[in-house]
Amino acid sequence: MTTASIDTFEPVSPAPSRLEIFRQVILARPATLFAAIVILIFVLIALLAPWLAPYNPLAQSFLKINKPPSAANWLGTDQFGRDVLSRMIYGSRNSLILGLLSPALAAVVGTTLGVVAGYFGGIVDRVISRIVDLLISFPELLLAIIIAAALGGGFWNIVVVISAAFVPGFARVARAQTMAVRQEPYVEAAVAVGVSTPVIILRHIIPNIAAPIVVLMTLWTASAIRLEASLSFLGIGTQPPNPSWGNIIRDGLNNLFGSPWPVIGAGFAITCVVLAFNVFGDAVRDILDPETAQ
Amino acid sequence: MTAPLLRIENLSVEFGPRANPIRVVDDVSFEIEAGGSVGVVGESGSGKSMTSLSILRLVPEPPGRISGGRILFDGADLLALPRNQMPDIRGRDVAMIFQEPMSSLNPVMTIGDQIGEAILLHQDLNSAQRRKRVLELLRLVGIPDPAGRIDAYPHQFSGGMRQRVMIAMAVACNPRLLIADEPTTALDVTIQAQVLALLKDVRQRLGTAILLISHDLGIIADSCERVVVMYAGRVVEEGDVRSIFRNPAHPYTRALLKSIPRLDDERDRLYQIPGSVPLAGSVTQGCAFRARCPLRVETCAVDRPPLFAFGPSHKAACWVTAEAAQARSAAEASP
Repeated sequence: MTTASIDTFEPVSPAPSRLEIFRQVILARPATLFAAIVILIFVLIALLAPWLAPYNPLAQSFLKINKPPSAANWLGTDQFGRDVLSRMIYGSRNSLILGLLSPALAAVVGTTLGVVAGYFGGIVDRVISRIVDLLISFPELLLAIIIAAALGGGFWNIVVVISAAFVPGFARVARAQTMAVRQEPYVEAAVAVGVSTPVIILRHIIPNIAAPIVVLMTLWTASAIRLEASLSFLGIGTQPPNPSWGNIIRDGLNNLFGSPWPVIGAGFAITCVVLAFNVFGDAVRDILDPETAQ
Repeated sequence: MTAPLLRIENLSVEFGPRANPIRVVDDVSFEIEAGGSVGVVGESGSGKSMTSLSILRLVPEPPGRISGGRILFDGADLLALPRNQMPDIRGRDVAMIFQEPMSSLNPVMTIGDQIGEAILLHQDLNSAQRRKRVLELLRLVGIPDPAGRIDAYPHQFSGGMRQRVMIAMAVACNPRLLIADEPTTALDVTIQAQVLALLKDVRQRLGTAILLISHDLGIIADSCERVVVMYAGRVVEEGDVRSIFRNPAHPYTRALLKSIPRLDDERDRLYQIPGSVPLAGSVTQGCAFRARCPLRVETCAVDRPPLFAFGPSHKAACWVTAEAAQARSAAEASP
């Protein structure tokens, strides 16, 4: 090619790897870095609960009921004399696992449904969309309550319940995104190269709709923690005496004016985690999009 | 003559309801020899893109459908193949380049992975061999510093460079036919020339036959051996480049050639064909071009002109010019 020499190019720097982009995005923004640290701290707390908790979270003591914070009980005690800090540390396990697992499960199921509906269209789309419409017409909490009432309590049931409440949202977003991406010339180009339908969906559609899905997932991590708190508050979430941030708040509400410490502590923890996941979600979206990552 | 590589016979493509279909490609036939180059010209809506999409069975269904005809590739009818065998043909035997280089590459895949995908599908190479082959292809299409570019994302490339990547993807498995649907439409004129030169180069080096779809007669004249002129879904003239450009036989082709601005011409108004292209499927009788034709006679409104022979390899569908040519040759035969 003799004509190629006419071309002018910007100097070529080797394309940065995903890991480098990740590091750049995290380090470039103090808020993201801070959010990442907050999430990391909470994850560590959950993992190291047996070593960090000063007391057994279930141990009751009639001698110290509804005590305010002290050197012995940093966040005070609840109505059964249990150490609030220990209960929160152990409770972070339930809340975080729920918060991470439910949106992930919902994303897998919802995205699958949405992509199938959006890609194939026609009767498949109509059936899936009507079911999703039906589910989405219930408020998330109400849907969760209905399913929880049917399935009963228990940790894994709660995961399923919260996931089920989120599935329609993921399906909607995935369907709309798929319908848009499906029209892109690169999908047609891939078909023209001989790529089969399942591979088109896995390699060309899903990576291109991943950004909104991941953002939704991080946002709903926050919602899941909140929803678990709501369900526990209503008595169908994590069953006492097991602690979760939600039922710490519920138990604390009975004595909010006398001893607000459990509610303040658990509320603060939920706020921190929810906020951290939201900020982190924005960063993840940027990492997934090679254009903004530059 | 040996059998052609690709032979399209009486192809028809319809859109809309079966009861009242709109025919966007109507009874189109032409062929491409192995290693040959054929250009299809026509205005927007002339059916040239649908014809090319039909070859790979990429006509969007529904609402469209290929309603008739045969497409023989190497003697086998592509339209009769089961649908699940088409992916084997696509990319391996017949590849396609689209008109939108800016959006024809997946933004979240590196260009190396995208070129590699075609190879992965049709050739049995391990990942190191595949990478080597991709580097080779990048070199072939004239991308500087292939090793530094292979892991780059499409947005790091200019339009012309992306079209080169598309060409690399298309020729990755040495297809025998390369369909280029307006490959230069979205590019600057200088880049256009480079991409066309590259296509010619690929054809010479790899012996790939090229079907070039364009609305630009200049591009066709420059890079094709044969020309098919389409109008309102039909072939109106077909022949080798030389005779079409020297002696265009169809009034539409003549008008198209007249509309090309010339540097050595003093006119300040360009020639234009009066009227506009009829709506797809609106002409059911007679010649589709008659409303805009300076030569029209009564027959044109009634009977659809078949393709008359104007020379050994030159055909055109016009009653008037065919008659004139016959009269002329008769006069020459009996002086």
